[in-house]
Amino acid sequence: MANKSVWSDNRFWQRTAAWVTGFAAVLLIWLTFDTSAQISMGTDADLKDGVTKRVPGPTVINYKITYEMSTKRGHEVPVIGEKEKFFGRDDWSEEEAAELLHLGKLGSQAKNCMDCHTLLGNGAYYAPDLTKAWLDPAWGPEGSLQAMTGKNTKEEAMAEFLQHPSQYPTHERMMPNLGITEKEAIGLVAFLKHMSSIDTNGFPRNFGKMQGAVHGK
Amino acid sequence: MANNHLTSESKQLATWYFSFAAIIFGAQLLFGLVAAIQYVMPGFLFEIIDFSIARILHINSLVVWMVFAMFGSVYWLLPDETGIETVGIKIGKLLYWVFVAAIVIVVLVYLFIQVGPADETTIWFITEGREYIEAPRWADIGIVIVALGFVANLFLTGMKGKQTGIVTVLMADMIAFAGLYLAGMFFTDNITVDQYWWWWVIHLWVEATWEVFVGAIAAYGLIKMIGARRQVVEMWLWIEVAMLFGSGILGMGHHYFWIGTPEYWWEIGALFSALEPLPLVAMFIHVLYDWGKQQGEQNALGEKVSVINNKPAFTWFVLQAFGNFLGAGVWGFFHTLPQVNLYTHGTQFTSAHGHLAFFGAYATILIGMMYMAIQGTNGIKVMKHTKASIWAVSLITIGVMGMTVALTIAGYVQVLVSRAQMGATWAGYFDGQSGMWFAQAMDWRLLMGAVTFAGFLFLIKDFLSTGKDAAHQR
Repeated sequence: MANKSVWSDNRFWQRTAAWVTGFAAVLLIWLTFDTSAQISMGTDADLKDGVTKRVPGPTVINYKITYEMSTKRGHEVPVIGEKEKFFGRDDWSEEEAAELLHLGKLGSQAKNCMDCHTLLGNGAYYAPDLTKAWLDPAWGPEGSLQAMTGKNTKEEAMAEFLQHPSQYPTHERMMPNLGITEKEAIGLVAFLKHMSSIDTNGFPRNFGKMQGAVHGK
Repeated sequence: MANNHLTSESKQLATWYFSFAAIIFGAQLLFGLVAAIQYVMPGFLFEIIDFSIARILHINSLVVWMVFAMFGSVYWLLPDETGIETVGIKIGKLLYWVFVAAIVIVVLVYLFIQVGPADETTIWFITEGREYIEAPRWADIGIVIVALGFVANLFLTGMKGKQTGIVTVLMADMIAFAGLYLAGMFFTDNITVDQYWWWWVIHLWVEATWEVFVGAIAAYGLIKMIGARRQVVEMWLWIEVAMLFGSGILGMGHHYFWIGTPEYWWEIGALFSALEPLPLVAMFIHVLYDWGKQQGEQNALGEKVSVINNKPAFTWFVLQAFGNFLGAGVWGFFHTLPQVNLYTHGTQFTSAHGHLAFFGAYATILIGMMYMAIQGTNGIKVMKHTKASIWAVSLITIGVMGMTVALTIAGYVQVLVSRAQMGATWAGYFDGQSGMWFAQAMDWRLLMGAVTFAGFLFLIKDFLSTGKDAAHQR
C-alpha cells in the first residue's frame, strides 16, 4: 500500500499505547512514593514537638482536636490543641494508643462499618459520614446524642452507643447490634478520634458549623 | 447439553462461566432490592439481613458475576482469535470449580456469620470489611491462584497460536488486572494508606483494566457480528488503550482528593479524569460508519447486503457504547472536579454514577457475550430477537436509567441539604434523608429496581429458550 498515513497505521498506535501507558504508570509510581512519605503516620515525638503530619500518630487521642478555617489554605484543617482526657486519661503511651487504634481499625473492618457509613467519604450512604464524627456537636456536652446515652463525656457516650445501638434509636433507620464489646468500643472511639485528626484537605466543608434553616424552619 | 454444536473445550468452559455469572447476576439484583426496600422501610429484615449485609452481597455479586463473565468471554473468543484450542484447558476447568466453591462459601459466611470480633481471624475467615473487596483473606489467596491460572492459559494460548491485536491487548490487560488485586490484600492501621491502595484495586480495575477489556471484547464482537474490518477495529482498539490508560491511570487522582493525601491530586485527578470519557464511543461510531458505507456499496452493486448475525447481542453492544459514555463518562464527569466533589463525595450521586456506569460499561456487553455464546452453542447462523429478549433489554434499560435518575435527585437533595446547608453532621445527614424529595426519590428507585428485576426474569427466560427457537436461521 503506497502513501499509507501514519494515522491509520496500527503499529504506530500500538507503540503510542505502550508509551502512554508506560509514562502514566511511571508517573503514578513516582507520585506514590511522594504521597506515601506524606501520609505515613506520625509519632508521639511529632505531636510533642508540634510537627504537623497529615496523619498524626495514635497518641493524638491525648489531645483536643478542633476543625478550623485556615486562611492560608482556604479550607478547614484539623488543629491539635492542648491535652484532653480520653476515657479519663491524657497520658496514653505510644504503645497503648497504637494498640487502641489497631483494635479500632480492625473493628471497623470486622463489623463492616463501611457498608452503611462512609469513612473519609468512601463506603455506603445508608448512614452518616464518620470522617469527622468525633467533632460532631451532637456528641458534645450540649449535644442530643450525648444526652441520650446519659454519659458525661463524648467518648463514653460514643462507646455506649456502639455497644447498644438499637437501644438508642435516633431515627426510624437504626444501627443494628453488631456484638461490639466494651473494649472494642473503646478502640473504635479511638479510631474515630484519630480519623478526625487526619488532614482531609477541607472535607467535609463547614462541618458542624451550620445550625437550623431547613425547609424554612 | 443435547444438540451442542461446540467442538472447542474452551467454548464449553466459557458457557460454564456464563451460566454461573447469570445466576450471580440474579443474586446481585435480589440483594439490591433488599437494600432498596430498606431505604423505604428501615425495619425490613432489621438485625436479620441488615443493610450492610445486603449491600455487601449486592456489590460483591456484581463484581463476581462480571469477573466470571469476563473470564468466560476470554475462553469464548480465544479459539476464534488464536485458531487453536486453549492451552491448559483441563486446569482451567478445575480452577472454575475451585472458584465457584470459594464464592459459595464466601457468600454463605457473609449471610450467616456476617461480622466477627475485632481481630485478625475475622479478616482471614469472615470479612475484610473493605467495600467491594470484603472477601476474607483466604478467599483473596484463592482468587489470586485462580486468576493466575487463567492468565497462564491466556498467555500460553496467545503465544502458541495466532496472536492478534485483540489477544495482545487482552494479555497485557489481564496480567495487570490480576496483579492489581494484590494491592488490596494487606492490613494497616493507617486508614489513609489503606484507602490509597484500596483504590489501586477498585479504580485501576473499573476505570482502566476493565475498560480496556471491554474495548477488546467490543472489537471481537464487531468483527464477529457485522464483519467489521479487523484492521480498523484493532487500530481503534490501540487508540482506546492509549486514551483509556493515558487518562485512567492518573485519573485515579479523583479518589485522592479527601482521604488525607496531598493537594496536588486535585489538579492531577481533575485533569486526567476529565479526559476519561473521550475514548468511549469512538471505535463504535467508526465501525458503524464503515458498515453503513459498505452496505451502501453492496446495495449499489446489487449484492446481498450484509446483515447483523446476532440481533440481541448487537443490541446489547450498542447499549454498551452509549451506556458507557453516559454512565461512566457523563455521570462520572458530573462530580469529578474537586470543586464539585467536595460536596458530592460520599452521597447518592456516587451511587447514581455507579449504577449507570457498571450497567452501561460492563453489564450490557457481558450480556451481549452471553448471547453470542448461545448462538454458538446452538449452531445459529443469524440470531433474531424474541419477544422475551426485547422485553428483557427494554425493562432492564428503563429500570437502570430510572434508578439512576432517582438516585441523582436523591444526591442533589443530599448535597444541598446535608452538605451545603447543614455541614455534613449526623443531624445534617438525617435532615437530608428525611426530606420529601429524598424519600420520593428512594420510592422511585425501588420501583425502578423492581422493573430491572422483571427485565432480568425475561432475560433468563430468553437465555433458556431462545436457543431452540425456530425463528433463527441455522
